[in-house]
Amino acid sequence: MTARILVGTRKGTFLVEKTNGRWTPRLAGHPGAGVNFVARDPYTGTLWAALGHGHWGAKLSRSTDDGATWSDAPQIKYPEGARYLAPAEPTEDGSDEGLGPTIKPATLLKLWVIAFGPKGRIYVGTIPGGLFESHDGGESFELNRPLWNHESRGGDLFTGKGSGMTHWFGTPASEGEFAPGIHSIVVDPRDPQRILVAVSTAGVLESTDGGRTWRGRNKGLTMDYLPEPEAEWGHDPHFVTLSAGQPDHVWQQNHCGVFYSADGAATWKKVSQPEVGVHFGFPVAVDAKDGRTAWVVPGKSDMQRITIDGSLFVARTTDGGQTWQQLREGLPQEHAYDVVYRHALDNSGDHLAFGSTTGNLYVSEDRGDSWQTAANNLPPIYSVRFG
Amino acid sequence: MVRVELTRHLFQFFPDLEGRELLVEARDVAEVVRELETLAPGIGFYLCDERGRLRRHVNVFVDGAMVMDRARLTDTVEPNGRVLIMQALSGG
Repeated sequence: MTARILVGTRKGTFLVEKTNGRWTPRLAGHPGAGVNFVARDPYTGTLWAALGHGHWGAKLSRSTDDGATWSDAPQIKYPEGARYLAPAEPTEDGSDEGLGPTIKPATLLKLWVIAFGPKGRIYVGTIPGGLFESHDGGESFELNRPLWNHESRGGDLFTGKGSGMTHWFGTPASEGEFAPGIHSIVVDPRDPQRILVAVSTAGVLESTDGGRTWRGRNKGLTMDYLPEPEAEWGHDPHFVTLSAGQPDHVWQQNHCGVFYSADGAATWKKVSQPEVGVHFGFPVAVDAKDGRTAWVVPGKSDMQRITIDGSLFVARTTDGGQTWQQLREGLPQEHAYDVVYRHALDNSGDHLAFGSTTGNLYVSEDRGDSWQTAANNLPPIYSVRFG
Repeated sequence: MVRVELTRHLFQFFPDLEGRELLVEARDVAEVVRELETLAPGIGFYLCDERGRLRRHVNVFVDGAMVMDRARLTDTVEPNGRVLIMQALSGG
């Protein structure tokens, strides 16, 4: 398959293709608009983009002619009565301080990620904390209510007051509010009834019945920022993905390190190695054939979200995180402060690509051994996907 | 009829509206948005969220005055009124 890269940026959608031996980007849609995520539905070939218009709200856009033209897709809206528990916001006179969470009506703040399954299944993760699903190729979307009403976030608030207690906290990525967000959706290619989602900030949930029931999958995760580091909820996965050919091998770059599961997310093991610079970061990619092989683009730490010593590298493991190798050939090794967001690293066969908030796009054709720069002056990059 | 004028930024999403004289029957701002939605399906969700509230960075003026009720859009519009829909100056 000829590799093509779809890039979502703060100012539009770019397509990157190799022409005359060079990876060359071109603006291919949504000029001036924020594009949180853009990907190709492998089952239909339709391109889907999650837009965040600063003034006009979050919109789904699609292209059925490979990016030549785009149009608004049927839009995602929270149904009437969808409410969630949000942290109490102190009032000016402080009267709400110390009170528990408040029930808030949900409105769409952000479309964050799009995933695809067979038979017209399309999934969209949103802020505040919604999983929307389509069973008709994207002609209509509905909120997945079992996850919305999950006990971990306070139960069914459509019909009542729920338990009054939520374990889903917020993410600063929520456009000025502090609400939870679903940024990772993985449909098991072996069994599309199995779906994993990851929530900032709550953790990982799994359904094995196509989304009718959900359970937490956070055993073995640890937190450095809560009084109970092994609590069931409150985790901050930054991105979760699995090996298409070995779907029991699941990886996550978490706020508190890199975690790996060899048993389908039933148990996680921390495989960070801060001594080789592998700990904090946002994205992770997994080889489609070998579930033990994964790549991350580390940052220095949660307190210093920059490269380590101003030099950029990708880290690769081929043994399930027991050892990591720094891959630097072709990447800038001085005065480089690239930060790579959670959706901005991807792989396809031997190809890898990642983009940074400084508008740099790097491509490898040899599994990360060496890199070429495809672009230096793109807008801040939010998402990089082969397709 | 109420005359509606839109910021040109909206024409990139609704090109069919560009250059048209937009006259609608409406007694308040909510009805203006409803009428616009029939002229250009989808535009209502650009101006308002799914609960019908004006988006934070959208400004509406009725005969030169900014609307007061951004939640339910009950500001009244005179039969020959002029409604201006603008974007707030924000962003980067």
